[in-house]
Formats: sequence, C-alpha cells, structure tokens
Amino acid sequence: MEFFKTRTKIDFMRQRKWAAVFSITLFVFSIGSLVINGLNLGLDFTGGTQIQVHYIKPVDLSQIRNQLDKADFQGPVVQSYGTSRDVMIKLKPLKNVTQQEITDRVSKALPEAKLEQLEYIGPQVGKTLVTNGILAVIVSLLATMAYIALRFEYRFAVSSALALIHDPVLILGIFSLFHLEFNLITLAALLTMLGYSLNDTVVVYDRVRENFRKVRKGTSVEIMNLSVNQTLSRTIMTSGLTLLVVIALFIFGGEMLRGFSLALIIGIVIGTYSSIYIAGSLAILMGLEKKHLLPAEKKYIEDRP
Amino acid sequence: MQNRYPLWKNLLLIILFVIGLVYAAPNLFPTDPAVQVSIRTAEKITDQAVQTVQNILHKEKLKYIAIEREKGSLLIRFTNTDEQLKARDDISSALGEQYTVALNLAPRTPRCLEALGAEPLKLGLDLRGGVYFLLAVDVDALIEAHEQGDMHAMGDALRAAYIRYSGITRQRPNGIMIHFHDQDTLNKAYSELSDRFHDYQLLKITTDNQYSIKAVMSSSALTRITNYAIDQAMHILNNRVNALGVSEAVIQRQGRDHISVELPGIQDTARAKSILGKVATLRFQMVDIEHDLQSAVAGDVPIGTKLYMFENRPYLLKDKVILRGDSVTFATASFDQSGRPSVNVRLGGGSENVSEFNRATGDNVGKPMAVVYVETKSQQKKIDTKTITVHHKKEKIISVATIQSALGNNFEITGLESVKYAQDLALLLRSGALLAPIDIVQERTIGPSLGAANIHTGLISVIVGFLAVVLFMAFYYHLFGLCADMALFLNLIFIVAIFSALGVTLTLPGIAAMVLTVGMAVDANVLIYERIREELRNGISPQASIHIGYERAFITIVDSNVTTLIVALVLFSLGSGPVKGFAVTLIVGLLTSMFTSIVYTRGVVNWIYGGRSVKKLSIGI
Repeated sequence: MEFFKTRTKIDFMRQRKWAAVFSITLFVFSIGSLVINGLNLGLDFTGGTQIQVHYIKPVDLSQIRNQLDKADFQGPVVQSYGTSRDVMIKLKPLKNVTQQEITDRVSKALPEAKLEQLEYIGPQVGKTLVTNGILAVIVSLLATMAYIALRFEYRFAVSSALALIHDPVLILGIFSLFHLEFNLITLAALLTMLGYSLNDTVVVYDRVRENFRKVRKGTSVEIMNLSVNQTLSRTIMTSGLTLLVVIALFIFGGEMLRGFSLALIIGIVIGTYSSIYIAGSLAILMGLEKKHLLPAEKKYIEDRP
Repeated sequence: MQNRYPLWKNLLLIILFVIGLVYAAPNLFPTDPAVQVSIRTAEKITDQAVQTVQNILHKEKLKYIAIEREKGSLLIRFTNTDEQLKARDDISSALGEQYTVALNLAPRTPRCLEALGAEPLKLGLDLRGGVYFLLAVDVDALIEAHEQGDMHAMGDALRAAYIRYSGITRQRPNGIMIHFHDQDTLNKAYSELSDRFHDYQLLKITTDNQYSIKAVMSSSALTRITNYAIDQAMHILNNRVNALGVSEAVIQRQGRDHISVELPGIQDTARAKSILGKVATLRFQMVDIEHDLQSAVAGDVPIGTKLYMFENRPYLLKDKVILRGDSVTFATASFDQSGRPSVNVRLGGGSENVSEFNRATGDNVGKPMAVVYVETKSQQKKIDTKTITVHHKKEKIISVATIQSALGNNFEITGLESVKYAQDLALLLRSGALLAPIDIVQERTIGPSLGAANIHTGLISVIVGFLAVVLFMAFYYHLFGLCADMALFLNLIFIVAIFSALGVTLTLPGIAAMVLTVGMAVDANVLIYERIREELRNGISPQASIHIGYERAFITIVDSNVTTLIVALVLFSLGSGPVKGFAVTLIVGLLTSMFTSIVYTRGVVNWIYGGRSVKKLSIGI
C-alpha cells in the first residue's frame, strides 16, 4: 500500500507566505492568551496540597465545595477526575498549618471520601522546579542548536531553533486558552516535543544537504521544495504512527497522563507542520545557498617548481 | 550486492536476543504477598524464632505458601494480602522489638534466573502505592551553630595567648568579625588564628583606626559540614525507616541539601511522619560518687539521682544535665596522643551551654562523667483487636570517662579499648548530636488501588499503541513491515531487560515514555523503507536498493535521534522524580530502538533476501 504513489510535487515554498501569516497569527494569539489568561500552573509549580479522593457513589462536586468551604479552606478547586466518583481537590498553600492538620481537616470535612492520593509541595520546591524547568528549555534549545550548527550549517541551526520556539509557544497557547493544567509532566512532554519536532526538521535538512550536493540545476527554493516533497511521505508516516500511539495513551493512559498525552498530540501536529512549512522556508529566508553546503574543497598546493 | 551478514554478526544478534530474553523473563512471574522478618542486631535468625513464627501461623490458622530462610532474614509467602496483613501484626507482637517485621512483595523468580542476577522490574511508588517524602535539611542552621561555637573558641584561643581584642561578633549571613586596638595585636592574632583555625579564611581589614579580622568559613569546610549533616541525617533516617518495618525503602540524597524517602506499601502517613521525626538525644551527666552504690542497687536510690547499668556495672548518675546533645556538632573517631583510640567531640550551638559545661567540668576535674543516650522508640502493640503505636523512651549510658581538665569547645574521650569501640561511640554521639533541622517540603501518598489502576491503564495503552503500530506497519510495508514489527517487539524486550538488570525503577511517566518510543522506534524503519521504495522507483535493483536504503538512512537516523537524545539528557539532569523516570526510559528506548530497528531488521532482511537474485521486494509497492 502506498499513500504517495507518485512523487508529490506540492509547491510548499510558494505557500510559505500563507504559512508565515498563519504561524505569526497563531504565535501572536498564543502570546496574547498567555498574557491575558496566564497558564493554569499545576501543583508542582505553585505549591500546595492536592488530594484525590474516591467515593463509592457518584457525588455532587458543589456539595464537596460547600463542605470544604465550611471547614475553612479558602477557594478549594474541586474537579471530577476521570469518573463521577473520583474527585481531585486542590488546596492553596496555607501558612502555619502542618500537612497532617490539612489531611485531618479534609478527612473530617469529607467523611465519606476515601483518600486515594495526596500530594503536598512546599512553595520553595515549586520555585526550584520553575527555575529548573525554564533552565531545561533554554539548555535544550542551545544544545540542539549547537549540534545542528555542528552537523549542518548555522543557518539551519538558527532557523530550526526559530521553528522550535514556535512549537512550544503554540502548545502553551492552547494550554492557556483552554485552561488546561500545566505541570511537571506536561513540561516534560513539551521538551520531548522539542526533540521530536527537531527530529522531523533534521530529516528534511539532511535531504536538503544531500540534494544541494547531488542536484546540479535548480534554485535554492526548488531544491528545498524537492527535499520537502521527497521526505513528505516519511514525515507524514512517522508523525501519523507516533500520533496513533499517543492517542492510545490519551484514551487509555488514565487521568494522570491526560495532560501529558494532549501536549504530545498538539506537539506532534504542530511539529510536523513547522518542519514542513517553517523550518525550510526560514533557512531560505536566511539566505541559504548551494555553496554553503558543498563539502569544503580540497586545496592542492603547487609546490613543484 | 550480496546483503549478507557474516556469521559472527548473526551469532552476536542471537546471543544478545537470548540475553535480553533471560533478563526480561523474571517479569513474567507473579509476586506473592509476603512478610519479611529480619533481626535488628544483624545476627542470624535462630531456629527458635522460625519455630515461633510457625507456631503463630498455625495457631491463627493463617495459610502460607512457604517459609524461606535467606541471608539474615525470613520470608513468609501468603496467598492473599488479608492474611499477609494479619500475619504481620501477629508475628510482630509475638517476636518482640528486636525483630523487624515488614510487608513485602516477593517475586516468584525461578532459582536459575535468580542465579544469573535476573530480577523483575522495580515499580515506582505511583505504580505500587506508598509514601514519598522530600526532606530539606537546613544545613545553614548547622553552619551557624558551627560558627557560633568557633567564635567562642577563637575568643578563648586569643585570650589564652594573651592577645587583647576589643570585640568579637558574628556577621550575617556568615563570617566572624574580631576587632583590635592596633595593627600589632592584629598581626599577632592573625598568625595565632591562622595556625589554629584551618577551616577559616582570614582577612585583615584596616580602615582608619579600625583594625579587624574577618574570618569566613572556607568552601571546603562548608562542603564538609554539609556532607556531614546530610550523611548524619540519612543515617538516622535509615535507622528510623528500619523501625518502621518497610522493606525496600529508598533513601536518597537529592542535590545539595535534600533527601528523598520512598516508603512503598505504607499508607499511614501520620505514623511514618511521627517516626521519621523522632529524635535521639544525648545527656552529659556527672556520676554520683558521694552516695553508697550498694544500697542504691538494693533499692534505696537517693533523691536527685538515678541508677543505670553500663557494661554490667551499676552507675548512679546525678539528675542534673550539664550538657545536652544539641550542643554537640561533630564527633569522629580518632587517636589520642599516645596512639590509643579516642573520640573527638566538638561543641557549638548555644554559647551559654558551652560555658556552663566548661565551668561544670572545671569544678569536677578528676571525677567521672557519663554520656547518656536517650532514644524514643515507637512500637506497634496489639491491645484486644486494635493495633496501637506506643512510644517509649530508652535511656542508656554509652560512655563513662574521668574528666582530666575543664572541657571547652573541643575535647577528646580518650583511652578507649578498641578502634571499633571508638567508632561505635562516635556514631552514637553523632546520632544524638545536633541534627540540622529537617523539614518535609514535599509529600505524596498513593493508594495501593490507584497504583494497581495505574499499572492497568499503563499496560493497556502500551498494548493498544503497540498493536496499532504493528498492524499498520504490516499492512503498509508487508514483509518489511513484519521485520519492523519484530524489531519493535525486541525493543520492548530490551528496554524491560535493561531496566530489570540495572534496577531502574519503572514509573507511570516511564510507561508513557515506553509508549512514545514505540512510536519513535518505527521512525527509523519508516525512514529506511521509504528510502528503499524511492530507490526502487528510480529503477535501481532490489538488492542495491536495500543496501542504499540502509546506508543512506543510517546517517539521517543518527542525526535525528541525537537531537531527541540531547533533550532527554537535559531532562534527566534537570528534572526531578517523575520527569527523571520519563527521561531515563526515553534515553534507553531511543538507544535500543536505534539498535533493533537498524541492526536487527537488517539481519532479518539479509536472511530473507540476501545472497540470491531477487526480482521483487515485499515492501508494499
């Protein structure tokens, strides 16, 4: 079976203006949403207490909220967690109250609930995690850029990095727009997407390098187009397969991995798009030409008289 | 184009496959709920104890599968967790407190696999339930206590050398400032202090008529104190966790001043916390030599004293405590001037306590002083049907020594009988010494049913994802697709084998990473196969296409995987807990997948097509 029977000849480079408009719009919207809505940061980053409880019968969330309000918890976040009998309660960090007291007070306020999972994170830990998270993003970007510059060319490195920043910003934008929780595991997914999206980009660049050396005729734009087309079936195939697997994770992986797999799903779609439309065009935009990718010519020194 | 692997390469692939199978195999066997009995005093379990356990199990009509004797411990396997729990309580109350009775999940790994060191996967807390604590050790408080003590020692040293200083103060956040009247005394003090306080960097500061020395603790001393504090805390935590009766507890240092404690199977966090928070302390007390010891032994203990036993001899101690353990900042075994084992003790903390101690010991030169070790132990007792936790204090003398002179910030307990004795004493002093304050900064409790549910959902998503990819590959690339499927399967076996062999803990994010590597692993094969198809379309012969496809795709595969690997390494080094588990799995999965999808599929493809003339490849075109 073949999805791409004959060689595709889609003029990706001609569509690059539209792609640019599309990307910039989404980018601006994402930033805007991040500024206005902010990120719904998970417990990992904010600190506080998160309690997962299980009821034998389906429960009314507002009733739990009332019960907690009566027990003097300020602004508890109560959500159903997967089923109507599983509830996730998030409490803000309280000063001068030990964790044990919080647990006791919660179990007193909700006598029918069975405690399934409890997580407490001190505010200091949250701060460290935020710093480490930001550091991880920066180090990943720099390290992968350095690798690409080393293996290919600096124009590739810069354009892949730009395409790369584009991806997580869009993911973050979607997370902020829909108020999805962003926690440590989601951050891990985001960083993995950096690597994965780059993976696609590298495959395209690799082909570009090969074609620049092999194909004698043609402009840079034409060769870029040819390369994207040649790798298209592979790009779609692997993205599709990985997507398949991640969707399985999203559906069957349970509530704990839902945010994680969602970030991956969005990431794979955006990453594939950016590898096809953004990374190549950017390299051309930065003035990539044939001569940049030819192997360094060997110079013979005439030392004969 | 022959496309054949040499014999050694084929053999190597087969051998690696067998090794992978062997180390992955233990995961196929189920586990039994079990109770593990071990003795605290590191002796062997006596036959009598085994008999006692058997009697109890018999009396309570608890069915067990087997009782196994291992190195220094006893393992009793049960058929279900209810009997396991009941047996734990019964055995614990019958054997008494010198035994640790812990719940355990004992794998049914066959002996032959065990002999090869093959063990099943370790499951993280999120998969088996339990409690996780992240503790922050307040090293700064300990360093402050050290500086406080050293400040007084510096003052004493200067006074002893008849060097006059006008003031000595501690600076915030760290450092000691000593002021002098003139340059001359400053210089003298400088050489005196630099001779005696090697842990400090001394700075002369002279500004118009102000002559002072600033002493700042050197970075090597800071590191040493930090490491000492963490080691001490971990040692104490280890002891307490043992008291909790948890098998397979994991206590690890995290970064500079954090310690993580994982207690699988524990549900009662309140009890865990109360035990982790228990403190042992020391008391320095004078031995009463005025009253008659014989009549005290007979029962007539004078008011203000208490009778203790030490090395089979009675001692009458005065109730007044002249120094408490929280003033001790350091205790190490060393040798005295005559070369005999001794223990070096350093004091710090509250300066008044130390001067008080100095005065008290000065008044009592030539008299014996005792060190009492006080430990609060908690033990589970069964009253009627309820199991309750009882705390009781245990006091014992760990050392009696004659005071030679007034004791200051630094003193030695000399004339000890052996190096071992000195080391044990130093250890006891340390565990009762000032402990850097420990705070619980993170806590996670996962119920056992949730753990089981996580395993279930994790497994299902692996299976569904795996099957979807396998079916699709076979459908799309025919025979070549089946080769890729085989590689995928091998990849899973290798990941599991490596994890089991290295003892890496599998967590839920780890499972997610495994699912993800299934998706990423086929990438290499897709790259190769698409390339082969391309070459075939360009009219190149099948054998040559296979060759070119593998050859050309190889560089691309490496390049594209290295980038993901870089990100995974960054995640591993900067991430914590769950993220680390994810990163490890991703790294291992990427490496094994590159191996299986390039080398193994090539091996099989060579085996199918190699060394003969082929007209058509079954690659779906």
